[in-house]
Amino acid sequence: MKTAFKLAFRNLTGAGLRTWLNVIVLSFSFVVIIWMKGIIEGWNRQAKNDMTRWEIGGGQFWHEKYDPFDPFTLTESHAPVPEEFIPEVEKGVMEPYLIAQGSIYPRGRMQSIMIKGINPKQTIFLIPSHKLDTAVTEAIPAVIGSIMSKNLKIGVGDRMMIQWRDASGTFDASEILIREVFAANVPNIDQGQVYIPLEKLRSMMNLPGEATLITFRDGVSGISAAPPGWVHKTKQELTASVDKVIKMKSAGTSVFYAVLLLLAMLGIFDTQVLSIFRRQKEIGTYIALGYTRSQVVGLFTLEGTMNAVLAALVGAAYGLPFLAWQAKVGWTMPMDTSDFGMSIAQTLYPAFSAGLVIMTVLVIMLVTLIVSYWPSRRIAKMNPTEALRGRIQ
Amino acid sequence: MENVPVIKVEKLVKRFPIGKGEFTALNGIDVQLSRGEFAGLVGPSGSGKTTLLNIIGSLDVPTEGEAFVLDRAISTLNAREAALLRKKELGFIFQSYNLLAVHTVFENVEFPLLLLNYTGSERNRMVMDALDWVGITDKVKSKPPQLSGGECQRIAIARAMVKKPSIVLADEPTANLDAANSHNILKTMETLNRELKTTFLFATHDDKVISYLRRKIYLVDGRVEKDENIKQ
Repeated sequence: MKTAFKLAFRNLTGAGLRTWLNVIVLSFSFVVIIWMKGIIEGWNRQAKNDMTRWEIGGGQFWHEKYDPFDPFTLTESHAPVPEEFIPEVEKGVMEPYLIAQGSIYPRGRMQSIMIKGINPKQTIFLIPSHKLDTAVTEAIPAVIGSIMSKNLKIGVGDRMMIQWRDASGTFDASEILIREVFAANVPNIDQGQVYIPLEKLRSMMNLPGEATLITFRDGVSGISAAPPGWVHKTKQELTASVDKVIKMKSAGTSVFYAVLLLLAMLGIFDTQVLSIFRRQKEIGTYIALGYTRSQVVGLFTLEGTMNAVLAALVGAAYGLPFLAWQAKVGWTMPMDTSDFGMSIAQTLYPAFSAGLVIMTVLVIMLVTLIVSYWPSRRIAKMNPTEALRGRIQ
Repeated sequence: MENVPVIKVEKLVKRFPIGKGEFTALNGIDVQLSRGEFAGLVGPSGSGKTTLLNIIGSLDVPTEGEAFVLDRAISTLNAREAALLRKKELGFIFQSYNLLAVHTVFENVEFPLLLLNYTGSERNRMVMDALDWVGITDKVKSKPPQLSGGECQRIAIARAMVKKPSIVLADEPTANLDAANSHNILKTMETLNRELKTTFLFATHDDKVISYLRRKIYLVDGRVEKDENIKQ
């Protein structure tokens, strides 16, 4: 085996430009595939991280009738914060949200919105709720997301009417003042949503002490079971949608990997096929000098596979600095990601792990091995005396 | 020359399929060679010289009869046993040298030793010895395409001799060489035959080679027509 490695290496390096062409194409595949997988993994982490920090914390308790996909459930999906949660809420470990349906009238137009009541002093989410903690009394202080701001062409300092229906079904309206526009990568907390102080919304809705959902801080242990009328939603359940999107995206990008690999493998396959015809005399010589035909098949397969080894080394030489640089500066999407409708940052930071690199290298090696072996099998059928004279057509 | 048989061919027949019929390349060959002989299969093209050489070299098998090389019946060897025989006991020299073009002179000569698992220092010594025998110690780092035909054939001889095989099979070794180079090559092989007691068997129709042979086995249409031993 050691001899075969030595020979394969000599043959490969001796072949010069032909080898390096294959190696460079294959190394490009290595780097691009690892980079793309890193981007997907980075996106996955960023999406979950952003969701945790902006929306779901360490998990939530939902009112049993709350359905985020059915706004009509909002009129019924609220209840007083359970007694056992009150000490946690006071400590800031849990934060109640009250959600109501309403309308906003920017520049005389009407837009349906969700009015979310949030504690201005909360520290679980990155939403700048402290901006709601103001002495201004002539208008309700509100914060909105950048997508909402862009879509409705409203910004900090703008005033407009909002309308809502309270718990007894009475319509009411008031003016809000936009105190802050925040930029998050989580569209769920941005599009069509207006954040106002929790106590203000409770009084507007005539629902004192009530909440639609209660979020607890990430990393907090010993969360008790859901009290009656509430449903515990774990972080994993709440981020399942991200997993689905990532899985879909991974499948989509696999096509790209396949095309890249196909191009690289085509080069190796072509080289192997040509080699077997061009190097007939050499094959015959190996046999005359003491190799069996199956050993020659092994040698040629090894030669092909060593393309992948060299490609991994060459890829590492320029790929590692490139990937490290990418992990530092990230990749900025060429188009605005706020319209994507999913949690995605404008700049994605690829996340690389040893597992990702090792798996990619192993998969490419395995594919190269198969592609190298496939044409080499032909050697096993060669007549060595004909091969020695280079007479096989 | 010792009277120990290293090659024994008995009633050997070799037929090749051609279209729907068959071509008989060797038709009842009986030959025996002893250790240290410098012999040649002599005959025109198509007489069966190379076919017989290939069978003795365990690169092919007889259709009928048997060829024994160092007491091993060629037709009974499996692929691994045949490869082992070639690896340990046989050296080949070809008309077109069959050197590995991308390997250096040193690596070409070293190749049979790699297969025999010699250590690095042993390989180094043996390769340099072999190159010394053929007078090419100054071109160890050159590659075959950079060398002349005569130099390439010398390297091929060094490669065949480096492991000190029992038998060297040389198929038209001077066919691509001019007269001066041919004589040099043949003198080298003659010297090695004398000094190392290696059995040489040529397949040739070149008069220059024939003039060096101490035994000439004339083949015509796959039969031994004449077996001539020249006492020296």
